[in-house]
Amino acid sequence: MIRLENVSKTYGATTAVGPFSLSIGQGEFVALLGGSGCGKTTTLKMINGLSPPSSGVVAVEGMEGLAPHLRRRRIGYVFQEVGLFPHMTIAENIAVGPRLAGWDKVRTASRGAELLDLVSLPAEVGARLPAALSGGQRQRVGVARALAAEPKIMLMDEPFGALDPVTREALGRDYHALHERLGLTTVMVTHDVMEALLLADRIVIMDAGHIVADAAPAVLLADYPDPAVRALMETPRRQASRVEALARGGRHE
Amino acid sequence: MNDSLAAAWRLLPNYLAQHVLLSLCALVLGFAISLPLAVAASRSAAVRWPSLFIASLIQTIPSLALLALFYPLLLALSSVSLAWFGKGFTALGFAPSLMALTLYSMLPILRNGVTGILGVDPAAVEAARGMGMTDRQRLTWVELPLAAPVIMAGVRTAAVWTIGAATLSTPVGQTSLGNYIFSGLQTENWVYVLFGCAASAVLALAADQLLGLIESGLAHRRSWRVWAGAIGLIAGAAAALSPLVFAAPAAGDYRIGAKNFSEQYILAELMAQRLRAAGAGVTLKEDLGSATAYRALAAGEIDAYVDYSGTLWANVLGRKDNPGRAAVLKALTTGLKRRDGVVVLGPVGFENAYALAMRADRAKDLRIAGIDDLARRAPTLALGSDLEFLSRPEWAALRGAYGLSFRKLTSYQPTFMYRALAGGEADVISAFSSDGRIAADHLVVLADPLHALPPYDAVILISPKRAGDARLRAALAPLIGRISVGAMREANYSLDRDSDKQTAAQAARALAKSAGLAAP
Repeated sequence: MIRLENVSKTYGATTAVGPFSLSIGQGEFVALLGGSGCGKTTTLKMINGLSPPSSGVVAVEGMEGLAPHLRRRRIGYVFQEVGLFPHMTIAENIAVGPRLAGWDKVRTASRGAELLDLVSLPAEVGARLPAALSGGQRQRVGVARALAAEPKIMLMDEPFGALDPVTREALGRDYHALHERLGLTTVMVTHDVMEALLLADRIVIMDAGHIVADAAPAVLLADYPDPAVRALMETPRRQASRVEALARGGRHE
Repeated sequence: MNDSLAAAWRLLPNYLAQHVLLSLCALVLGFAISLPLAVAASRSAAVRWPSLFIASLIQTIPSLALLALFYPLLLALSSVSLAWFGKGFTALGFAPSLMALTLYSMLPILRNGVTGILGVDPAAVEAARGMGMTDRQRLTWVELPLAAPVIMAGVRTAAVWTIGAATLSTPVGQTSLGNYIFSGLQTENWVYVLFGCAASAVLALAADQLLGLIESGLAHRRSWRVWAGAIGLIAGAAAALSPLVFAAPAAGDYRIGAKNFSEQYILAELMAQRLRAAGAGVTLKEDLGSATAYRALAAGEIDAYVDYSGTLWANVLGRKDNPGRAAVLKALTTGLKRRDGVVVLGPVGFENAYALAMRADRAKDLRIAGIDDLARRAPTLALGSDLEFLSRPEWAALRGAYGLSFRKLTSYQPTFMYRALAGGEADVISAFSSDGRIAADHLVVLADPLHALPPYDAVILISPKRAGDARLRAALAPLIGRISVGAMREANYSLDRDSDKQTAAQAARALAKSAGLAAP
């Protein structure tokens, strides 16, 4: 579905990202995991053409030869800061993608109602401005807006990063269900190991612009050879066992 | 007082209409230029810094000077166009005012436009790009709507500046609310000055409030406020402009010019009254600068006005000699005809000479009767002059002939110059011999034994375009040789005195009567 071949991103003389190669199949839920500045957001923007690679090839199935802005119209993108247009109502925000794709008004309107329902928001939210919504509601609208023009691919840049843990968990689970139901291909950037483990069926760990591991969560959690990866996986495991111990009536160590 | 106020009200529809038309056109044009420029500037730093720098630079030019500079520029362009395409255009009035005010209105719109567009939340801009909007869609769907309140704030500032600065378009021949201020300042008609200031302030405030309504409507997404503001603006502009539609000057109207002092207003009114009595339509172009008036006549932008032989002799023909009153008139008649095709219809009878004047008691104390006596005492005395005297060839001639060197030289509006003389801030002033205040203020005109100053016969000039116009000549010819210096002084004083002021039209009627001029 998505193929990055020997891609790299250079700024002046310094190479910030790559070169590396990555191939993502249809229906996969891939998490790009790593600390800030490791190149995961740049990788996402290479895929939809917001930030084309300095060298190498990006190929998205069915979009060969499309201009970058036309390619972007067919790929859903959920932004780290949501980026809802503050002067448009929720319904208008959701309608932007279909408008760009040239849908008629009736189809756009019914799609808007359908999407609010899909992301579990009441229909009357559609008439409100983004400023009148809570952070979690705005994130749901961000997901709905990205899905509006019926993309097959969803790119998500730390989509639930700024939310409280309860909302975050709920949204993550809801999105995972949507991913399954709509048969999407999802690439999600995150720095949260637990989130990556619980949502993705494949985790790509990046460090300093390179891929250091690329495997299913279970493989990474098992005794992975790379010490850095082992250290990364140790944290959630230790947290989980401590929480378990507390639940069994233990005390803090 | 009440007469002045009533006269001011009568002039309001026309002045306001002209003022609104000029300000509106300048704002619309300024907006049409500034907004695309602001968009370009927000996209590229290479456009941003030069355009903001130039717009700021324009703002530092005093607005009066900016307006004045466009007249010679357009005149040069007009003569180029005349030479190349066989068709010139009017360099006076609306065009130079519009250009200067347009430039003047640009900075706030440009600056707020750039600030507004660059200030749009980067997350919204990234989302627009990420969703696949083109540059133009991002601009019209996201950036401009979000920057609109900031841009409107710039438009508000521009509107207030433009409406205020439009009062300064009067001296380049564009009628505006400034006509009240400039003519009021000349004739010390403070009712006019205050009326002009108040009218332009009320206009500026009204425009500001209505634009403010639109701005707050955009900021708070209340479309009824936007509509209310827009409808208010359109209705107000339409009401203000309606006199132009219903009372548009006929194309065949005679345009009579006047420079910016009482005598000129009265003589222009006198000519206008005679033409109207003969059934012709007349438009007055008042408050023209001295050099502007002649050039406007030569270019056919005004049809007739009164100028002075000495002024034309020195400034137009560039002569420094003084062959005497009759010889100057004769040489002017042939000289102006040959040079510009301008017709000297003839002298109206009185002289309005540049002269040096002092208070009679002071001249007596210092034993000064002529300019030769003055030259000896000059290093201890202060000279007050009108705004142009010190840069005129007459002053150079006087200074050269008598070796004048004053302790201090100060320029005033004529009105304030007489005040300065009365108050002792000036010992000697550059007076005009037909000024009614010479007798009224007990002044003496100093003799000029060396004949350094040329004669200043008031002469009626007719533009080359109207040279063969029999109706114009027939209406104005009876004025030739009929107005004495005494009658003119009296008429001038009826405008310049502090109390019981008359309007120029009243003074012109009285003057016609005392000169024994029957209606044609």
